[in-house]
Amino acid sequence: MSTLTSEILTNFDVEKLREDFPVLKQQIHGKPLVYLDSAATAQKPYAVIDAIRRFHEVDCANIHRGVHELSQRSTAAYEQTRTRARQFLNAASDAEIVFVRGTTEGVNLVASSWGHRHLKAGDEIVISAMEHHSNIVPWQMLCEARDARLRVIPMNDRGELILEEYEKLLNPRTRMVAVAHISNALGTVNPVAEMIAMAHRAGALALIDGAQAAPHLQVDVRALDADFYAFSGHKTLGPTGIGILYGKQALLENMPPYQGGGDMIRTVTFEKTTYADLPYKFEAGTPNIAGGIGLGAALEYIGGIGIERIAAWEHELLRYGTEQLERIPGLRIIGTAREKAAVISFVIEGIHPHDIGTVLDLEGIAVRTGHHCAQPVMDRFHVPATTRASLAFYNTFAEIDKLVAGIYKVKEVFA
Amino acid sequence: MVHELYQETILDHSKRPRNCHAMADADRKAEGYNPLCGDKLKLYVKMEGDIVRDASFEGSGCAISTASASLMTESLKGKTRTEALALLEKFHDLLTSDAEVGDGLGKLVVFCGVRDYPARVKCATLAWHTLKSALNGADQPVSTE
Repeated sequence: MSTLTSEILTNFDVEKLREDFPVLKQQIHGKPLVYLDSAATAQKPYAVIDAIRRFHEVDCANIHRGVHELSQRSTAAYEQTRTRARQFLNAASDAEIVFVRGTTEGVNLVASSWGHRHLKAGDEIVISAMEHHSNIVPWQMLCEARDARLRVIPMNDRGELILEEYEKLLNPRTRMVAVAHISNALGTVNPVAEMIAMAHRAGALALIDGAQAAPHLQVDVRALDADFYAFSGHKTLGPTGIGILYGKQALLENMPPYQGGGDMIRTVTFEKTTYADLPYKFEAGTPNIAGGIGLGAALEYIGGIGIERIAAWEHELLRYGTEQLERIPGLRIIGTAREKAAVISFVIEGIHPHDIGTVLDLEGIAVRTGHHCAQPVMDRFHVPATTRASLAFYNTFAEIDKLVAGIYKVKEVFA
Repeated sequence: MVHELYQETILDHSKRPRNCHAMADADRKAEGYNPLCGDKLKLYVKMEGDIVRDASFEGSGCAISTASASLMTESLKGKTRTEALALLEKFHDLLTSDAEVGDGLGKLVVFCGVRDYPARVKCATLAWHTLKSALNGADQPVSTE
């Protein structure tokens, strides 16, 4: 452990941070809640809850149109989130930050807008074997519509993408590479900088699904040289229904609008409509204003703690959790990549994940069970489903001990 | 608390499922699938006129769905098609309604705890959905979704 890491861990006051999350202060089935499902959605701090409440209580108005005071305030607060998201991703300009409903809509926007303008029959799109359904299906639909081909980067038994195989898939017909920064089902951190460079060498663009990465590690879209990067507000301590799509300005400019409506236009006549400048061209209709403001508060909150400190704490939780779980007889961790984020997916011999999930729930422990919207990953590891404990910086080492005790309880019930 | 859901009979049937095998001479077969948990089930029914003479299943699933398939196949034998479908309705009510519906279910009442876990109702009903499709002669796999 580096001196910096140990310094961070010594000064990381998790109990004080937990005070910021009202949800965590409750009992489930008479036991204190142990929330280990942050990869599905993260809990919200008071900073976010209060920002949304304040918007509805004090500033509530539609944005980008009114000249009145409330509209000005709402617009300023909403647009401030765009600036915060730009800083959070280290993008070059606010024009490159498009508000969407979430990562799924971000991927769909690119597949639909970029895809229908630029993809031709015989072209190829490359995704990976560990993608969430949201980074598979939009590309499949596009390939079907365009008579293009979808190709898949395989992974090894640890749940790491095989870069040699990826290299072989790249060719002059490859137009887009779409991969997850971090796998939601396995926790694998993919070497996206290298993968993007490889895509670029082949003349292809790269879209990164950052849903699992944004709240856990420093994302720098310029250092990565990502062409598109999408993440969801609700996994980043913000509310549901809001997310961010980053796109390089030159690419976004060369893409048609995703949806038509108000707010995305410059002039409308029955003969012709001209579109608004970036990023508004992609933002038809009244957006999720409250959600956007909540997301801004979330990004500010994360910035206040420091993503480096968050990553260090979560890394120690992952190390400890992996160590403890590996000791349990009959338990197998699915996803043992050398570079991993704080996701521990596992199976227990002879016990179905849903039974594990229910018994843990009765112990107050919230985990996710099922295929995690990544059925091809389950097929790859020959399991129908897994149990997944996903950790966040508000989790404690004591909670991991409770998970371990809970798993022993499961084994006792189904022995 | 855990034993209100996982009653002894359920645990017993999940660990040692009865009638868990293929049936070569079945005259009705159906497949069930629960996409939520990946559970798959194949159901075999042998009819004699209007009466269920034998029933068996194969598949992998959670304790609730396995025990449900096991207890279902046991309870079906000797029932007419109409009686079997009526039992299905009664079982469904047991899992989803607040009314007292213990009568006529026999051992199947052990699933009463499932109603407090809405996310698990589909586990308990997978075998029964599949039965419906077998008795109605549909050969498309049924899905709980």
